[in-house]
Amino acid sequence: MPQLLIICGYLVLLLILGLGASRLFRGTSQDYMLASHSIGPFLLLMSIFGTTMTAFALVGSTGESFKEGVGVYGMLASSSGIIHSLCFFLLGVKVWKLGKKHGYRTQVQFFRDRLESRWIGALLFPVLVGLVIPYLLIGVMASGTVINKVTAGTIRDGQVVGGTFQEGTFPQFLEQGKNPKSDAPASFTYGSQGGVPKPLASLAICGIVLIYVFLGGMRGTTWANTFQTLVFMVLGLVTFVVIAWRLGGQESFWASLQMASNSIPIEKLTRTHIPPEKFFTYMLVPLSVGMFPHLFQHWLTARSAESFKLPVFAHPLFIAIVWVPCVLIGAWATSDLISIPPPVAANPNAVLPFLVKQLAGPVLSGLLTAGILAAIMSSLDSQFLCLGTMFTEDVVRPLYGKRNLSDRQQILIARLFIIAIVALTYALSLFEPRRVFTLGVWCFSGFSSLFPLIFAALYWPRLTKQGACACILAAAGSWLWLFRASDFAAQPNFTVNIPVPTAIDLDGYWQLMPVAAMVVCSTVTMILVSLVTKPPSQTTVDRFFPKT
Amino acid sequence: MALNKPTCLWGILMKPAYGVWGLILLLIIAHQDIWFWEDTTLVFGFLPIALAYHAGISLAAAFTWYLATQFCWPTDQEPSVQRKETP
Repeated sequence: MPQLLIICGYLVLLLILGLGASRLFRGTSQDYMLASHSIGPFLLLMSIFGTTMTAFALVGSTGESFKEGVGVYGMLASSSGIIHSLCFFLLGVKVWKLGKKHGYRTQVQFFRDRLESRWIGALLFPVLVGLVIPYLLIGVMASGTVINKVTAGTIRDGQVVGGTFQEGTFPQFLEQGKNPKSDAPASFTYGSQGGVPKPLASLAICGIVLIYVFLGGMRGTTWANTFQTLVFMVLGLVTFVVIAWRLGGQESFWASLQMASNSIPIEKLTRTHIPPEKFFTYMLVPLSVGMFPHLFQHWLTARSAESFKLPVFAHPLFIAIVWVPCVLIGAWATSDLISIPPPVAANPNAVLPFLVKQLAGPVLSGLLTAGILAAIMSSLDSQFLCLGTMFTEDVVRPLYGKRNLSDRQQILIARLFIIAIVALTYALSLFEPRRVFTLGVWCFSGFSSLFPLIFAALYWPRLTKQGACACILAAAGSWLWLFRASDFAAQPNFTVNIPVPTAIDLDGYWQLMPVAAMVVCSTVTMILVSLVTKPPSQTTVDRFFPKT
Repeated sequence: MALNKPTCLWGILMKPAYGVWGLILLLIIAHQDIWFWEDTTLVFGFLPIALAYHAGISLAAAFTWYLATQFCWPTDQEPSVQRKETP
């Protein structure tokens, strides 16, 4: 029960923060969506980092390290440190400059002008929303799992002991769950286990985030992001120390660290099961930040180009601070120092909350859970807000015209659309869960396949609207085709296999991440179609590529 | 940043902006550490070398990007408009 009270207390605190930010709200849609371009370097760093690091970074990285070993850090964290900052540097600053000059609020507005196409949004908007949904799904799923595991009991001799709630407190459909690895009927042991049922917990988190986003708009979201990023970084380190100490069981922290790491099985210390070419192509996944619509919106909130300097160089450091402990914790969980029960082992998303629950006291585990939820919510809020902005700016305003809609009406429409998308995502989260990491990589891969589009729009004057459309279609088509081939993320180790002579690779083929195929497909299509179609007008070229 | 046309590799590397971009390329290459693929060494007795090496890549990336903000920052940005200050 103390865990649940602490989690509730934290959520109330967030609502108060949203309420505080709402008192500074200037009542205009410009302030609601972009905080009137007033965000300085520190808030920009914290909001960008908080937005980028979602359940994927804490829950997903720990679970993936539990399954695949410490190579997970190299696959995504260190590469993100290089590539994310590259995107902030090459794209963020330029986007901010153009956005401020021409008053853009969304990606579609920028592409509409750059590509001289009024209808590009009709193609790009559904693709972007379609890719944001799996991203939202990660947060919604993980928040339910985390709250449930921390408030649940433990299983002894097949029975649940010490849960927050007795069996029968909630309706049966909320309490019963199936073992994904067997055909046995649904049971309490594989369901809520005496914790807050996952669907209820996810619903509560969606509701809280919606309320503070609605109250505070972009300013409230940025404040909440900053607060939550600080919370999850500090509490993340506390979690690491507590788990290391308790797991190692030695007198000193240092000795406990060494004991815990010495117990990691050898296969989790090496990357023998990861083909080097797969590891290499993982590097394309972080390119996704270049096309995240919510990050685009955060870039536009900056007060000046100088505000980007701090995020550019501090981002890799922050990634290391969050990911190194999580990856180590996941690897420790594979050791014989702790027994992971089958229901948890079957769901890697549950590994971190399980360890927190087992190794920290009730009060501390409540606080640490608040830290994990902070990371999840700091991404959900930006994504919610961004979806509303995109719908208002890219769909409603072009249809109705600016003069017909007041600021109040625009904000109302944005909020209604956000509620619709959150309801859809929530419904999807009720189906069979996927590994957060796997789902995250698929979502990021889709955005990465659109990276050539934003890069070319900013640096290649020859890009045409036909080339851009072909790029979007190629990216969406290849993503859908490969996602289906992976059984909709049910195969966590799905790769695209290219036959090569055994002299080059003993396996007889290269195992590449699907993102490699998608990026090649979208890039080649974009270049070829642009080169054979009519170039953009000189006016547009002069507007976006002024001679300095 | 406006740059004169470099005349040789040494000239390229000696120009700060090119040097920084060279470092970023080096980081991308260094990221593919096949030499530690099967190494089970624990650095300081607790940090698996595959993790320690890549944590080092993150630190190096932060330093390199700091250099980029000092030497490669675009100079054609319009001056910032005075707005309500936030930290």
